[in-house]
Amino acid sequence: MRLEPISQPSLQRRLLPPTLAILASFAIAALLAQIAGGNPFAVFDLIFKGALGSKFALLETLNRATPLIFTGLAVAVAFRAKLWNIGAEAQLYAGAVITVVLGTGALAWPAPVLLPTLAIGAALAGAIVLLIPAMLKTRFGVDEVVTTLLFNFIFLLFVSYLLEGPLKDPMGMGWPKSARLIPEARLPRIVEGLRLHWGFALALICAVVVWVIDRKTTLGFEMRAVGQNPEAAAFAGIPVAKVILKTALLSGGLAAMGGFSEVAGLKGSLTLDLSPGFGYTGIVVAMLALLNPLGVVAAALFVAIIFVGADSMSRAIGVPTYLADIMLASALLLMVLAILFTKFRVRRD
Amino acid sequence: MELLDILLSASFWAAAIRIASPLIFATIGELICERAGVLNLGIEGIMVAGAFAGWISVWAGLPLWGGVAVALIVGMAFGLLHSVLSVPFGLSQHVVGVGITLLATSVTFYTYRVVLPEVSSPPKIEAFQPFEIPLFSDIPLLGPALFSQTPLTYAAFVMAGLTAFVLFRTPLGLAVRAAGENPSAVAAQGLSVTAIRMGAVIVGSGLMAVGGAFLTMSAFDSFFFDMVGGRGWICIALVVFGAWRPGKALLGAILFAAFDALQIRVQQASLGTVIPYQIFLMMPYVLSILALVLMSRSAQVPAALMVPFNKGTR
Amino acid sequence: MSALETGAERADPVLRMQGITKRFGSVTANEDISFSLHKGEVIALLGENGAGKTTLMNILFGQYSADKGVVEAFGTPLPAGAPRAALDAGVGMVHQHFTLADNLTVWENIALGTQELGAFSLRPARVKAKTRDLSARFHLTVDPDARVGALTVGERQRVEILKALYREAKVLILDEPTAVLTPQETDALFATLREAISMGLSIVFISHKLHEVMAIAHRVLVLRHGRLVAEREIGDTNAEELASIMVGGEVRAPEVPALPAGPALLTLTGATAGVLQDVDLTLNAGQITGIAGVSGNGQGALSDLISGVLTLQSGEMQIAGQTPTHWDARTAIAHGVGRIPEDRHKAGTIADFDLTENAILETYQTDFSRAGWMDWTKARRHTEHLIQTYDVRCPGPDTPIRLLSGGNMQKLILGRVLEENPQIIVANQPVRGLDIGAVNYVHSRLAAARESGSAILLISEDLDEIMKLSDKIHVISEGRLSPAFLRGALSVAEIGKWMAGQGFAHAS
Repeated sequence: MRLEPISQPSLQRRLLPPTLAILASFAIAALLAQIAGGNPFAVFDLIFKGALGSKFALLETLNRATPLIFTGLAVAVAFRAKLWNIGAEAQLYAGAVITVVLGTGALAWPAPVLLPTLAIGAALAGAIVLLIPAMLKTRFGVDEVVTTLLFNFIFLLFVSYLLEGPLKDPMGMGWPKSARLIPEARLPRIVEGLRLHWGFALALICAVVVWVIDRKTTLGFEMRAVGQNPEAAAFAGIPVAKVILKTALLSGGLAAMGGFSEVAGLKGSLTLDLSPGFGYTGIVVAMLALLNPLGVVAAALFVAIIFVGADSMSRAIGVPTYLADIMLASALLLMVLAILFTKFRVRRD
Repeated sequence: MELLDILLSASFWAAAIRIASPLIFATIGELICERAGVLNLGIEGIMVAGAFAGWISVWAGLPLWGGVAVALIVGMAFGLLHSVLSVPFGLSQHVVGVGITLLATSVTFYTYRVVLPEVSSPPKIEAFQPFEIPLFSDIPLLGPALFSQTPLTYAAFVMAGLTAFVLFRTPLGLAVRAAGENPSAVAAQGLSVTAIRMGAVIVGSGLMAVGGAFLTMSAFDSFFFDMVGGRGWICIALVVFGAWRPGKALLGAILFAAFDALQIRVQQASLGTVIPYQIFLMMPYVLSILALVLMSRSAQVPAALMVPFNKGTR
Repeated sequence: MSALETGAERADPVLRMQGITKRFGSVTANEDISFSLHKGEVIALLGENGAGKTTLMNILFGQYSADKGVVEAFGTPLPAGAPRAALDAGVGMVHQHFTLADNLTVWENIALGTQELGAFSLRPARVKAKTRDLSARFHLTVDPDARVGALTVGERQRVEILKALYREAKVLILDEPTAVLTPQETDALFATLREAISMGLSIVFISHKLHEVMAIAHRVLVLRHGRLVAEREIGDTNAEELASIMVGGEVRAPEVPALPAGPALLTLTGATAGVLQDVDLTLNAGQITGIAGVSGNGQGALSDLISGVLTLQSGEMQIAGQTPTHWDARTAIAHGVGRIPEDRHKAGTIADFDLTENAILETYQTDFSRAGWMDWTKARRHTEHLIQTYDVRCPGPDTPIRLLSGGNMQKLILGRVLEENPQIIVANQPVRGLDIGAVNYVHSRLAAARESGSAILLISEDLDEIMKLSDKIHVISEGRLSPAFLRGALSVAEIGKWMAGQGFAHAS
């Protein structure tokens, strides 16, 4: 077997494999739903109704998509530069921690000043969390996949310590939970009366900004060059290590903004279950989006539909919600395979 | 003095060996994959799947060794999936590995919920019991530590030895090592790089799953969702620490487990009241990162690790 | 094996290829090629890069399967696409890029794939004994217990040959075996090959070096554009005839008229960096300075140093009389150093980037952006200009560069460099792997840059190229650089001695 590059792939060549990948992941989910005793059609019907069937459901889906846009962007930015950041989970919590540290009364500023401060502070914290593995990579050549993964565990334990110690809510009846943010530190709702906060708008803005960086700036050019061929980039005079560190700052910052948005927009305080794996799901989002920043928005919405819908479906007919996780994991694997088939054809030789 | 007492107690070393056992299986499994040139980041999820598969099979009525066999087969199945994507198709080993971990974990949790929909706490099984090896178990200190373990622990040590033998003393092992160093050397001698690499990933993944099964069938007697808890990632660090040699990896796993056993004891002793317990729980992960940084300068990494092999690409 | 046992019949070929055709997409690599090889015979396969030699041998060896045609060894057809079958039939190949695992020992590399995979032992004693025996018989001295990573290039080639002999190969295919050898090592290789012939082996010798072909072969096959265009007994032909058949009447190489040396634009004094030791070098305006030597002797370090990828450990570098305080790739470019890297795929271009992105890789910051914002319109216009001026054949500036042929890729790199009017040009293996048309194009562009006053450093392992183009020549060996010799001052044999490191012993 030999893979032969296709010189000018047709539109069909570029669209068909990814479409088939998504369809195949639905088929796998249908089969598993059947095994669990749920009629696949009923299952998918319930998933889509549960995610999009009412105004309340739709807003819930948009809220769920918000952190996924942030982590999806974080992963997409990093992966484009071949910086394998699997640590968006830790970076998200870093952002959440800073939001709570500064937003529970430490800074008693009016909202228009306080909110940007919190967002920037969160982004800086996330950036620093990813900077450590990135520096271990550029200085010592340590594989960042393993270090970012290990950092997730370390950082969650650190958060656990904070919530039982310095950040523990004195009114929390002993639960490991932070104090609530002051009202000025809360992200308001976009439309009064609708349960959708400004974090969603911030996520969309970030997606556009990342897209602009990628296409229009020298930094975007450098990040792509380093990702595609670091040796050629270095030969051409691009400072590879510096670009990797800049990428890490951007990526970690984006993930941490997700933490800020969740705490300031949705939860109001920090608990250990703030993120049900948003950092890891961000990898799926980014890959489904083919690492395109604008595609991340669409992919995050898709993933949110599956998650929110699966919750509602599971409550209705008892097929476990993990069906959603299986669907997305298989979509991830099938999608990387599909991308290959948009560029190569398989030949016997 | 307290520290010395701990280090000289047989129960401490027995615990260290027990903690090391699942790490040995999974580290050896990862080592086999990497020696052939494939980084297997599916390890964490495959351990979860193995832990569940072995345990649920025994719960459903299979004998203990039957459960181990089921775990092995489940691990090999995920290994097959990983290897198809990463070897002939040459997809990014990072992405495929993370994808396999997500898939194996979610399939496991889904199956758990489907098989045991109503339980609040998972059922227990009759786990492997310690088996005292006659004569050897009477040796002071060493006896209780090494020779009063469960059969699965002995299997872990045997597996490490067997892997070393196959890798360094047989034609098959030579082919595996060459595939990880320069695949075109293997192809030029008429062997299939694809078959060797896929085989290594499948076998290695099977061992990872048995490592997971150790947790539910020997260390404990039940399955919890977060029980693997990053051990897979630690094993990847252990492979690096062991310089891709089974013997050193085994020693690394024991050393690492000893630190882990030590922190548990120190935590229970006087220091535990002063230092937050989370600091102790962080130690394995911090140690892994330190190990990676320390070993980063050694040049023993297989030269073709993470390099896909496409013959005749023009 | 039957043909061998009835061995006296000269008429039965040990190897026969009949009507071989192979296409890659729209490219025809081999078109209806037929030939046969007899016992004790050496045939040379002559042709330019890209003429189809390597593809043909990969088909013979089972790495590819042909679209049409048959391969027979000792009268038995070989199944397509099965290297194992070729090996088992007694066909051994010595690849141009050695197929050795560096972290294994010599004997392990030799044993690889020769034993049942299910066996419980590697039988090291037996493998080593047989290896030593073969070493002695064929004058291929090498320590079976040595780690391959620690061997010299010449020794590695011996291991590569031993691998084939160990498998009892009766037919040896050698793909460009002398490219990595000094003239003296080449002589030793030829002695080994003659020994092999006398023992009844047959050899296919692939090369584009005419004098070597004349020295070793009994018969020559010439390939051009994938076709077999001529077949000659060696006694019925000569180097001149073969050369003209090989290139097929295409344009000849540019003449390089003598010019007076201009001022020194770059000087290295006692430069030590990477594997380079105490190197003195002067590049003068209007001159091509050639560096001859076997690859891997410090050429990379020398080119990296001047390109700004490597920094000096000791010694001094002056650019136009000034010592730059800081030296990296960007500084080098800013000081007017144009760089043509050795490996255009790895260092010269980014495969998935389009032509525009590759064209501005070195200058995006200075010329194609303002305050961090890219000016893609200007970049595209510049690329279109390069495509026109340097005759880059491509669908347009938006094409990913990986879809271009090596020659067109190199033309883009050449354009990227020359458009900046560099004072100094480092050209490391600028024509490796190109067809003769592209070779002449690159050479004439370099000659033109020389005439307009650039100082050019030409690094090549092809001695003919160096001797044809250079105004003065240095020889590099184990990181040391010989004194400069004017063109024509040294014979090939003398250069060979320097390449083998002998001149340095006398000099120091």
